[in-house]
Amino acid sequence: MRAIHRKLLRDLWQIKGQAFAIAAVIGVGVAMFITYFSTFVSLERTRDTYYDRYRMADVFAMAKRAPNHLAPRLAEIAGVSGVRTRVVADVTLDVEGATEPITGRLVSIPEARQPMINDLVLLQGRYLEPGRRDEVLVSEGFALAREIGPGDSVTAVINGRRRELDIVGVALSPEYVYTIRPGDLMPDDARFGIFWMAHEPLAAAFDMEGGFNDVVLRTMPGAQEDEVIARVDSLLEPYGGLGAMPRSLQISAWYLDNELNQLKGFGMITPMIFLAVAAFLLNVVLTRIVSVQREQIAALKALGYSNREVGFHYSAWSLLISASGSVAGVFLGRWLGLGMIGMYNDYFRFPFLAYQLSPDVVTGALLISVGAAIAGAFSSVRVAVALPPAEAMRPEPPARFRTTLMERLGLGKLLSPATRMVMRNLEKRPFRTFASVAGVAASGGLLVIGLFFLDAIDLLLDSQFYVAQRQDVTVSFVEPRSAQALHEVHRLPGVIHAEALRAVPVRLRAGHRTRQTSITGLEGDARLQRIVGSDLQARELPPNGLMMTEVLAKILGIQRGQEVTLEVLEGTRPVRRAVVVDLVDEFMGTQIYMNVDALRDLMREGGILSGAYLQIDQRFQNELYEQLKNIPAVAGVALKSAALDAFNQQMDETMGIFIFFNILFASIITIGVVYNAARIALSERSRELASLRVLGFSRGEISSILLGELAAVMLLALPLGMLAGYGFAALMVSSFDNELFRFPLAVSSRTYATSVLVVLASATLSGLAVRRRLDHLDLVEVLKTRE
Amino acid sequence: MSQTTTATAQSGPQPLGDREVSTSRRDNERVFRARGVTKVYDMGEVQVHALRGVDLDLYESEFTVLLGPSGSGKSTLLNILGGLDTPTDGEVHYRGGELTAADERGLTRYRRHHVGFVFQFYNLIPSLTAKENVALVTDISPDPMTPEHALDMVGLADRMDHFPAQLSGGQQQRVAIARAIAKRPDVLLCDEPTGALDITTGVLVLEAIERVNHELGTTTCVITHNAAIGQMAERVIHLTDGRIGSIVENEHQLGPRDLSW
Repeated sequence: MRAIHRKLLRDLWQIKGQAFAIAAVIGVGVAMFITYFSTFVSLERTRDTYYDRYRMADVFAMAKRAPNHLAPRLAEIAGVSGVRTRVVADVTLDVEGATEPITGRLVSIPEARQPMINDLVLLQGRYLEPGRRDEVLVSEGFALAREIGPGDSVTAVINGRRRELDIVGVALSPEYVYTIRPGDLMPDDARFGIFWMAHEPLAAAFDMEGGFNDVVLRTMPGAQEDEVIARVDSLLEPYGGLGAMPRSLQISAWYLDNELNQLKGFGMITPMIFLAVAAFLLNVVLTRIVSVQREQIAALKALGYSNREVGFHYSAWSLLISASGSVAGVFLGRWLGLGMIGMYNDYFRFPFLAYQLSPDVVTGALLISVGAAIAGAFSSVRVAVALPPAEAMRPEPPARFRTTLMERLGLGKLLSPATRMVMRNLEKRPFRTFASVAGVAASGGLLVIGLFFLDAIDLLLDSQFYVAQRQDVTVSFVEPRSAQALHEVHRLPGVIHAEALRAVPVRLRAGHRTRQTSITGLEGDARLQRIVGSDLQARELPPNGLMMTEVLAKILGIQRGQEVTLEVLEGTRPVRRAVVVDLVDEFMGTQIYMNVDALRDLMREGGILSGAYLQIDQRFQNELYEQLKNIPAVAGVALKSAALDAFNQQMDETMGIFIFFNILFASIITIGVVYNAARIALSERSRELASLRVLGFSRGEISSILLGELAAVMLLALPLGMLAGYGFAALMVSSFDNELFRFPLAVSSRTYATSVLVVLASATLSGLAVRRRLDHLDLVEVLKTRE
Repeated sequence: MSQTTTATAQSGPQPLGDREVSTSRRDNERVFRARGVTKVYDMGEVQVHALRGVDLDLYESEFTVLLGPSGSGKSTLLNILGGLDTPTDGEVHYRGGELTAADERGLTRYRRHHVGFVFQFYNLIPSLTAKENVALVTDISPDPMTPEHALDMVGLADRMDHFPAQLSGGQQQRVAIARAIAKRPDVLLCDEPTGALDITTGVLVLEAIERVNHELGTTTCVITHNAAIGQMAERVIHLTDGRIGSIVENEHQLGPRDLSW
């Protein structure tokens, strides 16, 4: 090994604490990059392969009942390469061991196995046997959650009749990667399952013989999807078509896309924060090193080392630190990526979801860390290269200080000499001070943003489950029922209060923009289901006209007071016009509301309802569930407590880990910044501090000068960090602002307090480490050293 | 290297500003030829004239001492001869080439291949052992001696694996000399090599320098403010206030042990 390389290694060993702190920050940045992008790539490749191999549909459409002879006409649409018509129906299930009603979605499949659109992956058991009318395949998530499998059976209430379904196999389908019941906040595998059943018996059970109510299509590459959708809509129109949608709006595909986008977003932003801080730290440390080693640089040059060799030598400090951090980061990132994929394996149902760390991702990570190393080293290496050899033989001239702003303002007398030293030091190197402050602020901001998720979710839960939905149970009917049904529901055991719900599927049209949704009709004095804005205040439904979420208004490009066309997608499919009298900034979805009486007037119908909200006496809960399961008119029962449980369970599983790493990583930044700042200050001023000790200052007094500087940095950084955190949170909230939900921008004081405490604890730790060195300052040795 | 040099040529003080230096030495024995070398440091508000037109020749295998009080410009002159610094005005030739015309790259090559430096404060790399400090130079030289040999020449064969902090000042300076000579330089330039040392250790260092000069025939130039050291030299060049005051040739040179200061 060449002597100059030995010098590099030994010198690095001298500053190992600082080098390690910086390497850790780089390591975390690289790890984040690797984690997010490797997960992104693994997930995206898996999805693409899965969709491709199992022929995921490009267009999805539902109708009330279309005749089978429509199928060839759908297949003839230009750009369509395949069509699969089917019967899809949600039913109430009675599963052994579960008192509450469970929703099962029955999806028809051919009796004999054949390749099809949205094909099945048979994981366990066998496919249906022709002629056996009660055989079903069950989705993996439900089978796992309910611990059932081939040989077990479930009871479905189909059109009022209880029917035993025999499970013969466990399967997956690309259209149910994210198996969520429409309207739910989170997937709940235990209460929502998919059952694939032979077409003929399923059609018979729902009076669909010779017809279908659901169709999925594959398009050719380069096909005009909009035109295909328009054609599908016009063909299905006479048969109660509910509007076709592209794959991108299909609920499972949408969630998956959304997740991928988030991974990419996080993968871009978070590593950048860490690497920017690392570059700054490298800059500070190397600047100091070059200044301390002025004479060594001169000697090297005098001995014949070229500027290039000297430049490379000092770049190598930075590159070695970043390389060691990067290598550790790659392994950490791989480990975290594996964990993340494991988590996704619980969320998303893929037949195969293998973690893959592609060389591209590793290369990308290494490139950005080298970039950070070069950025960090650049200015000090330039100084080292430019240092004239003769110049470097002379000691550095004493730094020029000036009185601080406060002193110039005549307030100097208020400051003790120690405070004056601290302030002059901070003012002397405004860039470094600023960057230290920015680094600590960034870590504070990262903490805030990490913890803010909890606040946002809490608020979301609060608004959704406590302020808006005060019902315990939501019952939906197979078909709209007469007003009498409300009374019948009211008479069920344990029901304290019942309110009508009328949902009318519509296509909204405003100018050239359209949107399928359904209008929710609520009672004017509704006490259970309420409309709640982001301020968590219940909003009063106007007696006439529509009230819609701001998200929907934006999609339609309309404002308060404007009119929209409602193409009703049920019954006689009337077309009406109505005024949007009010907007509401709800956190979730694209709802549109109307006073139920006004809605009925608009529909020119009597006291019809499509479901009911119930407030119940928990003591009679099981009895009520038992009865609900057996009422033929009931299509689905949604339980608030179950939804809450599912939500909390998922949060417990993921958020704990997420927050742990968030705190860990943010602390690493704080420690990196504060420890380095303190070590540099110590290195620059040990002579000065030792002189003060000789003059009679106590250890406490000199540490207060040194640590006072850190305290001043913290004092500036903490409020900035909290502000930055709020900014990050706002950024995050706006990036999450999609059609399905958005996060409330509400950072709790608990989050701020925790962030401040974590930053302070990390800073104190670093301060103590340096204080220990200060206590062991060898006065004689320090004073002997020639500066 | 060349034959043994004897003190000849210019005798007595040289007239200042005399551009035509009469010399009986052949030009091809001349290693350095400096003419009108001026160095002005711009210190912001004031300009400091470190050298005010120096004419100087140094010859093959010669041992010269540059003598002068601090601030006389001797370090500046040495730095310019060693290619560490460039003059504000004037020319310096090294053998056939003009140093003052060389660019940064050329000067680096010159230092790397031809010059050995010894500094007042040793300038050893503290994180490298004695042997490694020497290796720093042998690593980049075309025809070096081994670090062991170089250290042996300065009498430090038994201190090779010591770090600078474990060596005395005199030992550190001898390591610096070993480092300077390990590349077999054509010229050895020493800037106050004993400035930070006491007599006893200073003598050891001077012996090492003398030995290099004698055994390797390396053209050697030592700067000092200690007039006694001048007695070792073939020629003593006095510098005052950036000018050459006088050049004195010694008929008899003393060994370091015979010096008294």
